[in-house]
Amino acid sequence: MRITRKTAVKTFAAAAAGTAAQALGFSIARAQAEPIKIGLLTILTGPLAFGGIQCRQGIELFLKEKNYTLAGRKIELLVADTGGNPAGAKTKAQELIERDRVDFIIGPFAAFEILAISDYLIQHKMPTMAMAGAIDLTARTPNPFLIRASATSAQAMYPLADYAAKVMKLKNVTTICDDFAFGYEQVGGFQQVFAGDGGRVIKKLWSPLATPDYTPYLVQIQGGDGVVQGLTGSNPVKFMQQYASYGLKGKYPVLGGETAADDALLKSFTAEDAVGMINSCPYSLTYNSPSNKRFVAAMQRTYDDVPGLNAATYYIYGMCVEEALKKTGGRVDDKTALVKALRSVSLADSPRGPFHFDEYGNIVGNIFIRRIDRVNGKLVNTIVKTYPNVSQFWTFDPKQYLATPPYTRDANPPILAQHG
Amino acid sequence: MNLWLVLTINSIAMGGLLFLLACGLSLIFGLMRIPNLMHGSFFMLGAYLGVTFLRLGLRFWFAAVVAAIVLAAIGFGIERLLLRRLSGQALAQVLITLGLSLIVADSCLLGWGGDPISVNTPPALSGFTAVFGAPFPTYRLVVVLIAVFVAIALWVMIDRTRLGAMIRAGVDDPAMARVVGIPVPRLFSVVFSLGAGLAGFGGIIGAPILSVYPGLDNDMLPLSLIVVILGGTGSLLGAFVGSFVIGFLYNFGQVMFPALAYVILFLPMLVVLVLRPQGLFGTLAS
Amino acid sequence: MKASITTLSIALLVLLPFWLPNVYYVNIASQMLIWAVFALGLNVLVGYAGLVSLGHTGLFGIAAYTAAWLLTHGASQTTAALAALALAVAAAALFAVLSLRATGISFLMITLVLGQICWGIAYRWVDVTRGDNGIAIPSRPAPAGIRLEDPRAFYWASLLVFLLVVGVVYVFTRSPLGVALRATREQPQRMTTLGYDVWLIRFFAFLFSGLISGLAGLSFLYYTKFVSPYALSLSTAAGVLLMVIAGGSGTLLGPVVGAALVLAVQYIASAYIERWNIVLGTIFVLIVLFMPEGLVPGAVQLWRKSWRRVW
Repeated sequence: MRITRKTAVKTFAAAAAGTAAQALGFSIARAQAEPIKIGLLTILTGPLAFGGIQCRQGIELFLKEKNYTLAGRKIELLVADTGGNPAGAKTKAQELIERDRVDFIIGPFAAFEILAISDYLIQHKMPTMAMAGAIDLTARTPNPFLIRASATSAQAMYPLADYAAKVMKLKNVTTICDDFAFGYEQVGGFQQVFAGDGGRVIKKLWSPLATPDYTPYLVQIQGGDGVVQGLTGSNPVKFMQQYASYGLKGKYPVLGGETAADDALLKSFTAEDAVGMINSCPYSLTYNSPSNKRFVAAMQRTYDDVPGLNAATYYIYGMCVEEALKKTGGRVDDKTALVKALRSVSLADSPRGPFHFDEYGNIVGNIFIRRIDRVNGKLVNTIVKTYPNVSQFWTFDPKQYLATPPYTRDANPPILAQHG
Repeated sequence: MNLWLVLTINSIAMGGLLFLLACGLSLIFGLMRIPNLMHGSFFMLGAYLGVTFLRLGLRFWFAAVVAAIVLAAIGFGIERLLLRRLSGQALAQVLITLGLSLIVADSCLLGWGGDPISVNTPPALSGFTAVFGAPFPTYRLVVVLIAVFVAIALWVMIDRTRLGAMIRAGVDDPAMARVVGIPVPRLFSVVFSLGAGLAGFGGIIGAPILSVYPGLDNDMLPLSLIVVILGGTGSLLGAFVGSFVIGFLYNFGQVMFPALAYVILFLPMLVVLVLRPQGLFGTLAS
Repeated sequence: MKASITTLSIALLVLLPFWLPNVYYVNIASQMLIWAVFALGLNVLVGYAGLVSLGHTGLFGIAAYTAAWLLTHGASQTTAALAALALAVAAAALFAVLSLRATGISFLMITLVLGQICWGIAYRWVDVTRGDNGIAIPSRPAPAGIRLEDPRAFYWASLLVFLLVVGVVYVFTRSPLGVALRATREQPQRMTTLGYDVWLIRFFAFLFSGLISGLAGLSFLYYTKFVSPYALSLSTAAGVLLMVIAGGSGTLLGPVVGAALVLAVQYIASAYIERWNIVLGTIFVLIVLFMPEGLVPGAVQLWRKSWRRVW
């Protein structure tokens, strides 16, 4: 917190105005000198920690770059560890909102956490920037105070399906995903576009979240011309190793979802096992934008690590906060205006390229199709195709999409017309 | 590939790995009468230490043995310094292992970070072997051989050595064993340390298949408990048979009853516990 | 002396929302009360019957899910609450029949497995439980028209439930059934010889324990307005057992102190220490080593020792 001449003059002016305003019982002027508080709900302990830590790195990197000052206001970041469970998320949300009186919440990052606290956040009109991809949060039962800059669970699967059908010319695929909502939504989204393009999902495999050995699932991969996986956490690493160990690598190409080959996860794979995987992600390390170059360099300098989707999304949230504050002139007292400002953010230059938000607060932006290559002995994602302006509705008519029921585990989603 | 053939072979392969994981627990549970709730932690810690040794340049098998020795030392320390002070208080000892498992889990996160780490299969064993015509990853077959080797070694120790006789006496009738002059406290230290070392060894041996990640301890502990309960505490034969039974249940169950994926291992467990609480080969002393 | 301490404590608890600095802490206090009720319920079996269970989260969860499902399908608050408690007790009866064939570690294992089966059902029976996504309920109950959405009102309601449960457990331990139960812990064979049906005594204790656990589950649902399989996980089961044992399983208030301690570390300390899991683990190892009876008896002993020194 450096006292520059600018902030000193501002503070002095604010104090003078404040004495006058005190008479009216107003505390706006006092508020101007107080820092704006951003509450970060993330997971710092337990099995999901490595994702949660990256989230924190992303936002801290942005704030450090801006010297913890956005649109002329000082920013204070309060970090809370939810422990990766719903009650913890609720308690920490209460800590940030009721005890610390934050102005924004960034996070939480797991779907079961956001679903546990969404009503609470709406009740407190808290501007929330979530990572969790649960589709209906920005679709059928939307949270009006929420924006999401990563993607819905299905959003990255639509272009992957398109690429699989039209570029790779695949006709029949087997899918394997973790047996929970994020998995169901990924497969549903993939199937909806793939079937629309004339393809077929011949088998859907669901493995428990904690699966030490994928053999029972690997033996069921028979026939077809591709395998689509959307495993999360550390499961993709185990899966690819076991997949290769059974000789399946040469047999069927693997296509992965946004969590299957995250740039930050690549170092964990055994190189030979993962080389060649096609995957889709809303963010890609090698994307050539000025802000991405800056972001990646800062990440390597500060944390000696490469960023993945988590860090990039939270960095972008920092950018969104800055833009929103510029629009409201640094004011945070009117929550509705603040959310409106957040949702109206539209940037041409960001680590993932140009983006804006749709009417439900979900991001519309690039989705990258990448291929894992080996360069100098290390794994890198090479971008092979970029799909611009991908929304949560793909090229479906939003009204038609919203009229269909949510994706479920076993049902085949209805085929909707794709426009364009 | 022939689905059922591969599943059968993998059931055996998995049984081998489970035996390495569970044999230590069976000894500890049988002799000291406590379900060691940090057994999964020992497995995970062994795997992480193995990773470090591999990074330092040690050969795979050497790293595995060194990791086992380090874990044995840690186990010895825990028993001697902590568990022994609470001898006779089974509940307190269980709680200590629970508290320690929390500490180990968070320390591993601190020490090795949250990212999963994959371990390369030793190059000589990374190919395929044809088993009844079906190509099967060689390394998994080697794990079975290692498990059998360890089982034989343990059996020889328990059946043919004085130490083994003392352990058997302690398992059958601890009070009598003390009366007869067996140094039960020292025996506990040896067994706990042996159990920890075996689990740690299992961790690094399993790493090329399972990889190493935070949460590995929680994934493996229920499996080890299930094997030991099914087989019967304190019975090496029980742990051996139990491992393979669970290997089969896991593989075939996941394929044939996907709807019951989470309960497929627990339901038979319940049946055994209710109808034959001492497990398949255990004794009724409880 | 004891009566005045009790009155003073109750007064402090009632006035808590007024002397705590922020409503956030009142919410933490409500959670401590809810978990204390759960721990008290578990202690009926662990402390008084000597049967350590890792499956009570199954009963806790059954109550919460039953109420959640009914409330999201149009049932009234009263129906949901009564059905939840009824189902919890029915499940407790089933658990008891299956597990009371054994004691000691076998009992622990059976209850562990039962709890995990409940978790697996909660996770996998997506049509009913919505799986990992959990079920959110629209509102807390409003008994006699008093809205419990306000944290202070909810706190007082939780306090009422807590005091009620403490009272009932106290009466239970002094009742013939309670005394018989404790005797079966120490001398089961002797009790059988004396003509007591040990199994039946334990069975009723299990039902009683299940009812309280169900009540805690219901309160938990009302507090978070959400239930997910995490509430039935092994970590949760271990956590509540930790509360009972660390506080002191043979005492009335031990589990209460244990609940407060675990939650304090989980929620308050975690705001200041990132490695709070290590802190929690270390605290328990230390308690077990140096105050093996638990915090409450250990503290009482320390107090008596220092009192004697003074005199």
